[in-house]
Amino acid sequence: MNTILEKLQNIYDSFYNAIVPEQRYLAYINGLKITLIISLFAVLLGVVIGVIVAVIKVCGAHTKVLIVRLLGKLCDLYITVIRGTPLMVQLLIIYNLIFTSRDTNPILVGTVCFGINSGAYVAEIVRAGINAVDSGQMEAGRSLGFNWLQTMWYIILPQAIKNILPALGNEFIVLVKETSVASVIAVNDLTKNAQYIGSRTWDLIPPLLIAAAIYLVIVVVLGRLLNILERRLAKGDRH
Amino acid sequence: MIVTKQLKKAFGNHEVLKGIDQHIKQGEKVVVIGPSGSGKSTFLRCLNLLEEPTGGEIWFEGVNITDQHNDINKMRQKMGMVFQQFNLFPHLSVLENITLAPIKLKKNTREAANERAMELLRRIGLEEKATAFPNQLSGGQKQRIAIVRALAMDPDVMLFDEPTSALDPEMVGEVLELMRELANEGMTMVVVTHEMGFAREVANRVLFIDDGIVKEENEPSDFFSHPKDPRLQEFLSKVL
Repeated sequence: MNTILEKLQNIYDSFYNAIVPEQRYLAYINGLKITLIISLFAVLLGVVIGVIVAVIKVCGAHTKVLIVRLLGKLCDLYITVIRGTPLMVQLLIIYNLIFTSRDTNPILVGTVCFGINSGAYVAEIVRAGINAVDSGQMEAGRSLGFNWLQTMWYIILPQAIKNILPALGNEFIVLVKETSVASVIAVNDLTKNAQYIGSRTWDLIPPLLIAAAIYLVIVVVLGRLLNILERRLAKGDRH
Repeated sequence: MIVTKQLKKAFGNHEVLKGIDQHIKQGEKVVVIGPSGSGKSTFLRCLNLLEEPTGGEIWFEGVNITDQHNDINKMRQKMGMVFQQFNLFPHLSVLENITLAPIKLKKNTREAANERAMELLRRIGLEEKATAFPNQLSGGQKQRIAIVRALAMDPDVMLFDEPTSALDPEMVGEVLELMRELANEGMTMVVVTHEMGFAREVANRVLFIDDGIVKEENEPSDFFSHPKDPRLQEFLSKVL
């Protein structure tokens, strides 16, 4: 009985040490802030890149205009390279090679890198969504006098985005978790700060468990929000 | 108004239209009939370049629209089209379906476009559906709204691609009634259909397209009572 109580006391102490002394809880909060900032801007960047790349690819597949076809090929190359190489390697390359100036901001590098990475995956999701919209919609838009791009923007994309929202949400969730890799380029995100606290207390497991719990909460909340959004957008489907 | 000169269309090696010369005049109602696969829908879809012809020319209001230098999008604003599958925009309300093109293509202000849309909806007795979404409507309602959507751009000609073929039989009447009204108001119309009664009653001219060419054309009473082409005789004996 005593030994069980002692073990519980030990666990309590180690978690206490991981949170309270030296205001360590602030490190989690600051790390969380950076994780959220990187995630948010990377998601935005990823969606912008993804939609543009997807539209160019779809256009390239349907047009005879040489320059657009070439752009389409270029987008293919981008997707192949990004999806064919590990995220951590991409992050290290961009950090060491492209942003070499002295006052490189690792948070900015992380955001750009995760955005570029996510863009490739989002592009393929969006492309599938565009192709799933009935071809009659494009014809109806064109018959009213819209050009290809206007029809895409006003008619096809809104329907495509609605269809792909679950897949897109999944991509966002993956991205939030993947930002933990940013710790390799000295970004003080949630993971990095947890590791730091562990090295201070000589007990790595409690801070990592705390970090894991925070990630879990973010992901669950994000999932709920996406569900609500999905239901809002589905109003046109109800009978 | 619309002139086609040796209009040809091939899909790969399959030649669907083998040279069609037609002159559709202002205010004329032309009904196109023919067996399935004859090229009649392709002919109609070529008129606003939804299908790009592989040969020949199409002139609309004195402009060669098959010439790459002419802006087809501008031309299409003057050519309304109604589809077999309605093709309403499912993510937009009925009102937005009707006003999207006039507003975004700067034909009308939002207020004017809304007003015009409500006027058109009142005309077809569906003003209470303005805020509904397309999938809350019956097939007949959808098709009438699709017609109204095209009318909102004030087109000079309306192209109908089998507008009643996807409808339940009981809903065909309301759509044909609206088309009849349009015809009476003097709208230029080209209609691909299987509704022989409509053709007989409304058309100025009926075309029989078979095997990629116009086999016979005539005003409707002679067309239906004295068909000359043997293929047309056979076709009419099956559908009438």
